[in-house]
Amino acid sequence: MSLLELSGIGKRFGGLKALTDVSLHIDQGEIYGLIGPNGAGKTTLFNVITGLYQPDSGEFHFNGKSYRTVKPHVLASCGIARTFQNIRLFANLTALENVMIGRHVRTHAGVIGSLLNSRATRLEERACREKAGELLRQVGMTKPHQTLAKNLSYGEQRRLEIARALASEPLLLALDEPAAGMNATETENLKALLENIRKSGVTVLLIEHDVKLIMGLCDRVAVLDYGCKIAEGVPDLVRKDSAVIAAYLGTDDE
Amino acid sequence: MAKLPKYILLLVVVLLPFAIDALLGRGWVRIVDFAMLYIMLALGLNIVVGYAGLLDLGYIAFFAVGAYCYALTGSPHLALAFPQLFPDGLHLSFLVVLPMAALLAGGMGVILGAPTLRLRGDYLAIVTLGFGEIIRIFMNNLNAPVNLTNGPQGISRIDPINIAGMSLNATQKIFGIALPSVHLYFYLFLTFAALVVFVSHRLERSRIGRAWMAIREDEVAASAMGINTRNLKLLAFAMGAAFGGVSGTLFAGFQGFVSPESFSLMESIMVLCMVVLGGMGHIYGVILGGLLLALMPEMLRHSVVPMQQALFGRIIIDPESLRMLLFGTALIAVMLYRPAGLWPSPVRRRELLTDEME
Repeated sequence: MSLLELSGIGKRFGGLKALTDVSLHIDQGEIYGLIGPNGAGKTTLFNVITGLYQPDSGEFHFNGKSYRTVKPHVLASCGIARTFQNIRLFANLTALENVMIGRHVRTHAGVIGSLLNSRATRLEERACREKAGELLRQVGMTKPHQTLAKNLSYGEQRRLEIARALASEPLLLALDEPAAGMNATETENLKALLENIRKSGVTVLLIEHDVKLIMGLCDRVAVLDYGCKIAEGVPDLVRKDSAVIAAYLGTDDE
Repeated sequence: MAKLPKYILLLVVVLLPFAIDALLGRGWVRIVDFAMLYIMLALGLNIVVGYAGLLDLGYIAFFAVGAYCYALTGSPHLALAFPQLFPDGLHLSFLVVLPMAALLAGGMGVILGAPTLRLRGDYLAIVTLGFGEIIRIFMNNLNAPVNLTNGPQGISRIDPINIAGMSLNATQKIFGIALPSVHLYFYLFLTFAALVVFVSHRLERSRIGRAWMAIREDEVAASAMGINTRNLKLLAFAMGAAFGGVSGTLFAGFQGFVSPESFSLMESIMVLCMVVLGGMGHIYGVILGGLLLALMPEMLRHSVVPMQQALFGRIIIDPESLRMLLFGTALIAVMLYRPAGLWPSPVRRRELLTDEME
């Protein structure tokens, strides 16, 4: 069953066609990779999927529902969580608070509840705190949970971002270049973490430059070039696709 | 901390007006009353600036809305504007006007917030600054065609605050203790300030407060976490404005007179400075900032003038100019040596320490 289905998505920025007629579907429980050379439109597509950009054309189905114009916060509550290519943590808040904010859509305390500090609010707050701590341990955070996000190392910030995204209990976890800037060991750890996340039943959409990681991890891969999807399928076939090789390495007759 | 110091603190605060009265004179109790109003304002602005990170340079406008709300509905003034309708003016009870003013100011907060949702930082500051000036200029000019605000002359003879049939403008005997008017106002303001502290404190540690801080830190990431940034920003504006409205109402009742010149841009900047100087986003820091900045001019007036007269026999520098000089110097010094404010929140302090270690 497909969890996310895009058909004919187009997006322009002025005269630049960032995406042209992109169609793809992501199935429940798979790890779906999205690759392509720099400027191919990966992040644009990613931002369309997470609601940051509104597509100019095309249809968007998620979890059996159709969406026209969507706000990021609506999609987040519907079950799409994301990380950012250039880490966007809440720098002056602690690691724990970052993850607790990630649980915003799964908690409900309003102004009145918070002011009265009712029993329901206290219980929810405690559960939220515990869940956040659990997630931090799950992604392998070794530093104290009260460390400010900006004082964490680069690899830990990446992991914290994943924990924060997981906190919303998403159906689809969208990761924008999670391995960027990581060394070999960190990448291995990330791979194990993503495998675990998949096992817990979360579908993963992955944008990555690290081809080895993509090929080793993904069930299916789509390749974008100049805003068009030029190939899709299992990693081994995509790797041999002539259009993909041309896009990455160039062709003889150029 | 044990329970005992809290009670001692409470006792000290309760006895404060008597101590000040005995040591410094009754005038100083009045000054402290005004300082309490400023603390309330600073705490209200702290919600907008400190928590949600929305730079608001027109905050005093909400103070003005609250003040004029009570000035119009609690004075003979409306008889001038609508002689048939209100031959003696409208004299609503303070307790009726207070929630009205809070709602009205909160509504004004939303009205200001709605068109500025897409703006950040400097741009937001400019628009809010304009808003503050618009309100002041309205108050200044709404004496024609219908004399609603009495223009620059302001509205006088506002009813003193009256609670349970007890006027706060006269000495009252409670439990056999004679409490002068300024003492009564002190306790009233203390109650409201405590309420504002309580609300800020509860919100700070709640889901709402965390969402505000997320917006302050990174709005895009916040919305990707499912936070409805529009609603929460409007909520911050509305809550901050409502607190401003409440303190405005108290101000009007306390002073008995309001005029547009109390709501100038300088006042907005002063309140913002209290927040920044004290420690943005930290309740106790903001209280400290409010107290310092509200008391400083009076302290100068009472120390510089006699000192100069004793030393030189005449006044060389007038305290008002000295105030701005000292104030500017203090601000620069704080920004240089304590960028998070005089009393930053524990988390911020830790962060500054770790920065130094690296």
